[in-house]
Amino acid sequence: MFAFLLRRIFYMIPTVILVSIVTFLIIQLPPGDYLDTLAAELSDQGGLDSGTMEALREQYGLGQPFFVQYWKWITGIVMQGDFGLSFEKNLPVGDLIWDRLGWTFAISLMTLLFIWAIALPIGIYSAVRKYSFGDYAATFFGFIGLAVPNFLLALVMMYVAFKYFGQSVGGLVSPEYLDAPWTWEKYVDLFKHIWMPIVVVGTSGAAALIRIMRANLLDELYRPYVVTARAKGMSEFQLLMRYPVRVALNPFLSTIGWILPTLVSGEIIVAVVMNLPTTGPMLLRALLVQDMYLAGSLILIVSLLTVLGTLISDLLLAWIDPRIRYQ
Amino acid sequence: MTLTDTSPVSDNSKDTNLVPELLGPWSLIWRKFKRHRLAYFSLWFVGFIYLMALFGEFLTTQDINETNRRAPFAPPMSVQLFTNDESGTSQFLLHARGLKLELNEEERRRTFVEDPDKIIPLGFFVEGYDYKLLGLIPLNTHLFGAKNPRDRVYFFGADRLGRDIYSRIVMGTRVSMSIGLVGVALSMVIGISLGGISGYYGGWIDNIIQRLIEFIRSIPTIPLWMGLAAAIPLGWPPLRTYFVVTVIVSMIGWTSLAREVRGKFLSLRKEDFVTAARLDGLTDWEVIRRHMVPSFSSHIIASLTLAVPLMILAETSLSFLGIGLQPPTVSWGTLLKEAQNIRTIIQAPWLLIAPGTMIVMAVLALNFLGDGLRDAADPNAH
Amino acid sequence: MMPLTPMPTEPLVEMRGLKTHFHTDDGVVKAVEGVDLDIYPNRTLCVLGESGCGKSIMARSIMRIVDAPGRIVEGSIQYRSAEGSIVDLAKVRHGSRQLRQIRGQDIAMIFQEPMSSLGPIQKIGQQIAETISLHRDVSRKEAKEIAIEMLDKVGIPRPRERFESYPFELSGGMRQRAMIAMALSCQPRLLIADEPTTALDVTTQAQILDLIAELKEEFEMGVMLITHDLGVVAQVAEDVAVMYMGKVVEKGDVYSIFERPQHPYTRALLESVPKIGGEKRDRLPAIRGMVPHPLARPTGCTFRTRCDHFMPGICDVNEPAMVDIGDSQAACFLHLEKTHD
Ligand SMILES: Nc1ncnc2c1ncn2[C@@H]1O[C@H](COP(=O)(O)OP(=O)(O)OP(=O)(O)O)[C@@H](O)[C@H]1O
Ligand SMILES: [Mg+2]
Repeated sequence: MFAFLLRRIFYMIPTVILVSIVTFLIIQLPPGDYLDTLAAELSDQGGLDSGTMEALREQYGLGQPFFVQYWKWITGIVMQGDFGLSFEKNLPVGDLIWDRLGWTFAISLMTLLFIWAIALPIGIYSAVRKYSFGDYAATFFGFIGLAVPNFLLALVMMYVAFKYFGQSVGGLVSPEYLDAPWTWEKYVDLFKHIWMPIVVVGTSGAAALIRIMRANLLDELYRPYVVTARAKGMSEFQLLMRYPVRVALNPFLSTIGWILPTLVSGEIIVAVVMNLPTTGPMLLRALLVQDMYLAGSLILIVSLLTVLGTLISDLLLAWIDPRIRYQ
Repeated sequence: MTLTDTSPVSDNSKDTNLVPELLGPWSLIWRKFKRHRLAYFSLWFVGFIYLMALFGEFLTTQDINETNRRAPFAPPMSVQLFTNDESGTSQFLLHARGLKLELNEEERRRTFVEDPDKIIPLGFFVEGYDYKLLGLIPLNTHLFGAKNPRDRVYFFGADRLGRDIYSRIVMGTRVSMSIGLVGVALSMVIGISLGGISGYYGGWIDNIIQRLIEFIRSIPTIPLWMGLAAAIPLGWPPLRTYFVVTVIVSMIGWTSLAREVRGKFLSLRKEDFVTAARLDGLTDWEVIRRHMVPSFSSHIIASLTLAVPLMILAETSLSFLGIGLQPPTVSWGTLLKEAQNIRTIIQAPWLLIAPGTMIVMAVLALNFLGDGLRDAADPNAH
Repeated sequence: MMPLTPMPTEPLVEMRGLKTHFHTDDGVVKAVEGVDLDIYPNRTLCVLGESGCGKSIMARSIMRIVDAPGRIVEGSIQYRSAEGSIVDLAKVRHGSRQLRQIRGQDIAMIFQEPMSSLGPIQKIGQQIAETISLHRDVSRKEAKEIAIEMLDKVGIPRPRERFESYPFELSGGMRQRAMIAMALSCQPRLLIADEPTTALDVTTQAQILDLIAELKEEFEMGVMLITHDLGVVAQVAEDVAVMYMGKVVEKGDVYSIFERPQHPYTRALLESVPKIGGEKRDRLPAIRGMVPHPLARPTGCTFRTRCDHFMPGICDVNEPAMVDIGDSQAACFLHLEKTHD
């Protein structure tokens, strides 16, 4: 198990490096370098003196080859936790992002639990009662869930909530609780708001997982070992849960690997629509005004945390599936 | 007893070949596909949408860029078959009910109400704005619309500038549906070549390509897309933006295809007929093209069909956020961008409903189609 | 060959007119089409026949584990329980308690593929102990002890350690032993073994067959062994049934069948194996032609398309009935003619 862990972590390293390079490429994509933008921005406020300019130029390695700049940037992050400056807010990026990243991942993880709680029983039901009315209903829901883009669903739900329930949606807590300490009432209020992004982000994932669980289980349901279990005299429910479901669960859990990235993606776009205090709106704004260090840092950390989440799910999987562990 | 296989076949073995008639692989797939009714219907629907994309102008009722200061956020007009004249007798006349602005006392703002005096007769093959059919044939006939070219009809309502949503959706079809196709074509080229190389040669090449795929799949796509798309300068010509957005969108789609192709190659590599072809002295490329590709092309077609809706959704999302296609390019995504905030939606729900429905229907149909194809192509499915 | 044990009077299982059909899209596959067969306690019945003739489906029909779209459409399977009451297995409700108690406890089955017939991610010991706790009133710990005892009995070395193993950690032979341990853990009265040795190498095959024979003596159970291997039949069988296209075409005790095969199909089957000391031939005869497509059953006698004694106007018109010929029974018009003469 320990060797497995080491190997998985080792495999992660190139991914991490690649992510950081791609991120830095994105930072570099807009024309002009960072200092030009900064200088242009600050010139209205009296400009920067040439000494500071030089110091900054040195710090970021501007004007030097790509990899030198990359090296300075990445070592700054790794060694000092310095993500650069957000020129729009004129604050270190590190001061701005953690809250928002926290919320993004909190919502993504809650969504993950939500879609599992939904997809598992429905998927099992659909496979066992193949071609029943319930199966068709689940399949239909699945297709709809996959066909409606997240942001569209968010808009529709907000419209319905406003039009028919008179509820104004947006944000994670009501305005009066924004700066309030975390009391019981605030949690209740949070819950009243947060279910909607969770449902919206989760729908397409749940739809996909239902289909995956159904297909996995259908693959297993007619295997010889199920017949063996039946021939032992187990009841259908008992054998279903102990054998095929147990086996089908593994590929199901391994979907974290790609479901987590899509949830994070979905959360970001839904957050823009619902105006949640998470990564989405901040990233979009940063990109639109080309506040590239902020945008780059957000992309980098979101991606890295996702990769980490995938790693954890792989380890969990190895823990429950002996076949993987012993490889 | 003579029981060798050279013994003459006696009379009684005549009816051993009562075996059901065998069909070729493609006709088998087609037969199975047709049994999948929803998929079969979706095939027609998708065909219809692509025709709509092709002959867009002919189907529109108004020029999509023409604004109308008197109809901002005009609601959809109702279409009726009969008119009632003063005497109360009804008469057959296909027409739309005109709108007029009226001051709403309660809300203290002007809203549209139906104008009973304004009847806009509708007809087929009516005269309208000039366009070139398929970019070649100059025409001004439109399939249907107001009989009087000066009348404006809004079947699905109007947007902020009084432009006709119906016509804009029809024209948006061209951009959105073609991004799906072009993106899939790109994905196909990348996916099949990388997947094929990976599966055919194996070894370290395979390893690198697999790592690359894992990498792309393990990072969230939306922020990455956003980062790339945001770098497209706003001043670029629409066609170039269109192309770059397509490339960005297809950068993700190829991975699943590559995996599938690789898997197929890996299993086919060991098949006897491939070995036999190699022993016959065919080159790698010939083996791939003549023997391997035909044996899984049905699967590829199914996966490609399933990739199209993903691309469409991706384009829509990016354009909706304002970092994909930019106005004046009209796509379903840029149309939805008009419905970005809740206040607009409440004032003019059709801005959300009309393009939204269109997207969902197109994606649904493509998904059904792809699913049906995949089931039909899978020899083991029952 | 085994010494002949006296024929007990009461059969464990009596199949009468059993028909199991698959209703597929392309038509009805008549996998089992009217089987009459008895299985006796403390005797080994071997079922022979070419691939696809319905042996496995017949065996599964007894356990009621035929997969959809397969269904028993006609006939009865009378099972005589230990208390002497008779249950028609063809009629008991699917999933009923009665059926579940018979499965595993009264009738157990081992399958052809030890690879896939065990749960892949469950410990083998657990899978055996589970069967025991299902049918016997024992604690978890006792179940585990019995399971270890069974593992030991079927010749698995270091059974206590093996209890914790996963199937993929065992060799094919060991897995099949584990399967047998599982099947016998509740001391069933009838063991159905569907080609239990096909996937194994020759030495292991012999060991497994010996093991089954040994345990049969010990527990005095009836055994129904499905096999393609005539050597195996000669080694372990007391009774033999030969199937062709879903029907039993000949049955009887092993001596009669081997020494005086009556049905042309049985004869052809027996001819197709090499005999030590037999006349030298360039090649072994195979049975002429191919098994007809299951959806295209010949009229009359199903074997007529490959039969050397085909009699036009007789064999393709009526189905031959089983007739007694000495110690065995066969369904062939050749013998019908004789008895009529
Ligand atoms: N799920 C199914 N659907 C349709 N037909 C089936 C199915 N399972 C079995 N059959 C048919 O039932 C017939 C008998 O199959 P069975 O497995 O009993 O053969 P068998 O005698 O055990 O052959 P083998 O020696 O190869 O194991 C075959 O013709 C087969 O085509
Ligand atoms: Mg069989």
